Amino acid sequence: MRFDGFVVGAANRLAAAAARAVAESPGTGYNPLFIYARPGLGKTHLLMAIGHAAQAINPALVVEYVTLDDFVEAFHTAVGAGQGDTYRRRFVEADVLLLDDVQFVTHRRETQAELLRLVDQMQAGGRQIVLTSDRPPADIEAFDERLLRRVAGGLVVDIAAPDYETRVAILRRKAEERQVVFKAGVLDTVATLALDSVRELVGALNRLVAFQSVGNAMLDAEQARLVLGVRATASDVPPAPATTAAIPAPEAPADEFGEFLSEVAETLTRQVEGWRRRVEEAMARWEGQGYRTARLAGLLDRGVDGDPAGALASFVADIERLQALQAEAAALSDDLASNAVFRDPDAVVAAEEFLARAVEGASPPPPPEGIWVFDDLVESEGNRVALRSARETAERPGAAYNPFVIVGGAGVGKTHLLHAVGNLLVASHGSVVACLNAQDFSEELIEALERDRVGAWRARYRRVQALLLDDVQLLAGHERTQEELYLLFNHLVEQGAQLAFTASAEPGEIEGLAARLASRLAGGLVVHLPPPEREVRQAVIERLLGARYDRVDPELAGYLAGRPAESVRAVQAFVQRVEAAADARHAEPDVALAREVLEGAAPRAPRPAAGVRTSGVGASGFRSPEKAVWEWPDIGERLIEEWR
Amino acid sequence: MSLVNFTTREITCKIVYYGPGRSGKTTNLQYIYGRVPEGRRGRMVSLATQSDRTLFFDFLPIDLGSISGFTTRFQLYTVPGQVYYNATRKLVLQGADGVVFVGDSQARRYDDNVESLQNLQENLLAQGVDIRQLPVVFQYNKQDLPRDLILSPDELDDALNFRGVRSFGADCLHGHGVFETLKGISELVLQRLAAGSSAA
Repeated sequence: MRFDGFVVGAANRLAAAAARAVAESPGTGYNPLFIYARPGLGKTHLLMAIGHAAQAINPALVVEYVTLDDFVEAFHTAVGAGQGDTYRRRFVEADVLLLDDVQFVTHRRETQAELLRLVDQMQAGGRQIVLTSDRPPADIEAFDERLLRRVAGGLVVDIAAPDYETRVAILRRKAEERQVVFKAGVLDTVATLALDSVRELVGALNRLVAFQSVGNAMLDAEQARLVLGVRATASDVPPAPATTAAIPAPEAPADEFGEFLSEVAETLTRQVEGWRRRVEEAMARWEGQGYRTARLAGLLDRGVDGDPAGALASFVADIERLQALQAEAAALSDDLASNAVFRDPDAVVAAEEFLARAVEGASPPPPPEGIWVFDDLVESEGNRVALRSARETAERPGAAYNPFVIVGGAGVGKTHLLHAVGNLLVASHGSVVACLNAQDFSEELIEALERDRVGAWRARYRRVQALLLDDVQLLAGHERTQEELYLLFNHLVEQGAQLAFTASAEPGEIEGLAARLASRLAGGLVVHLPPPEREVRQAVIERLLGARYDRVDPELAGYLAGRPAESVRAVQAFVQRVEAAADARHAEPDVALAREVLEGAAPRAPRPAAGVRTSGVGASGFRSPEKAVWEWPDIGERLIEEWR
Repeated sequence: MSLVNFTTREITCKIVYYGPGRSGKTTNLQYIYGRVPEGRRGRMVSLATQSDRTLFFDFLPIDLGSISGFTTRFQLYTVPGQVYYNATRKLVLQGADGVVFVGDSQARRYDDNVESLQNLQENLLAQGVDIRQLPVVFQYNKQDLPRDLILSPDELDDALNFRGVRSFGADCLHGHGVFETLKGISELVLQRLAAGSSAA
């Protein structure tokens, strides 16, 4: 079996060309080469031809031809005899390994592992491996995924049934080999028969050879038909079998309808075969890339509901979707991308779910910060509505107030309340809660855009049961983020998820916030957090002092709480200043110190000389203690800069 | 009308014979009917007046059997050629996969041919079909009449077939050119099967 005896036609041209290339320079081009075809179409012929041609070019090459059954048997024998290594060396040291009928590897895990090792070693050593099978790699049942990838990494080619012309050429060559001459039209008659394989074709030829050799005269086309059991009357032209390019039998010229029927059959067969070929080409292409093509095989076996071109297009669209998902997975990790779920166009939904789970696992949405709990919030007359409605929102997410919007100035505790709601949701409902600043939300989107991963970014947030966005006014002018938030908003509301926001102003008053977003925010419950009232300030101060000192001086707490403050943050700031001053004196803070620090009474450090302009210094003392420095490293080097 | 039904694996081709009155459309169908084996043809329905003028339409179903796994049927229709049956012509033309324009080769019928061809274009256009996109062949019937009474196929091509589609000279009464015409239109119609499949 050599290349010379292999008739090349449209159906096997690619396989033959690849086989020749491999034979001429083994191990350099297509490695491994995987050839598949139905039985009797010439796989083994090509395999043998590779071996012969490779050895003819370089007689020093070691070529091993083995069928998978022999491979398995030899393996078992070698293992039984304790000579596994010798067995492995035999194959690994071959320059060209030709392995026939690989489809029998099904459910043989050890053999597959051995084969995988062998393929890896041979590839690493620059040695050629050629495999054949009666089906594409993806259709070999229980075929190891890693092996499948190795095979897909080489070249996968198929051999289809030969077309009419190739069949005639094969028959002529076989007749020549046998030195038998037939009358004109006899071989053409054989070529029109509905025979699935070259082997059957040659079988039919053999029958004719046998009949002709025992007779006295040469067979003519009509007799050949009789020998092969084919009826030949024109009016009985049989419907062409679906699998062959049937050429209608020659008709009696008088039979106009028969002639018409033949032509129609020929045209129709050509068209249907054209479609079939396109499906087969698509199968070969995608199988070669490692995709499962069971759906296309189904098209050929059962036909389709609707337009076959549409079915093909939808198959390709599914593969493109898989490729997009795989690319997203690859951005997370290569291991994820190599999952088999991205190879089955019939499992796009499974691939999407797999990716979504992976995205969530790799990058869960930012949770609320644990330090901001509800119990630390102090209820007062002014914030009672906000706090109670927040608690209700957390207790009945998606049902009580959706969206829940907290409006207030800087430092009044909006963020605290928002995270507190988030923590309650996590604690009481086990919800997946995304809680983050609007600026971070926008930054994440920009990063996703840069890395072409917006889909994954969206998926990450679409899965949450609550989205809590802090400082939504920061999205002003961020058009794309607003658009995404709008879409996300609608999606989450539809899913019954809770949404909550904080803002510095009423949604409708935030400049640069899209009206459709502002109206949605305003459509929920908008509550206001006022500047902290005295009881809030007192509680905050007592908590802060209590955290540092064993005893909280009630007089000090009372004094500090009595000072006006626009925000909790301002309260925290002056408590910290008093604490810092007390630390500097190694004493506990008291009212006198606080008064001294906060009101500038009886400062210990000398005042700046009169007439010198100082920042924040007025006639009645330090108007703004923040701008004063009380202790200089060296009094002689005092320097007061003029603020420009 | 769907030419190919991949679910039921059926191919149905509707071919309409169009042309002026008395040009020989029904004769085409009658000749075909006579040549189709009994088991493969349906009943030919012909609604004609007493003077053998087609009043409604002729319909001849032909079963070609299973080809490449598809049950293949041809449905041949004729339209009434007389000018005042335009509503019927429109009806018959609906969903046609191909049209055979049967022209009368007699020189005196020249204007009738032109008028009928224009009528075909109008009726197709009214159904949103561009005649350039539809498989059409021309058949010039009555070529057996004396030369001085008729125009040759070339002359008729010049006059009618300005898009250069396939045309056939014919003598339907005796069958010359009938099946050639049918084969010609069938091939065009079936080729659209592949075009449709590769379009997407």
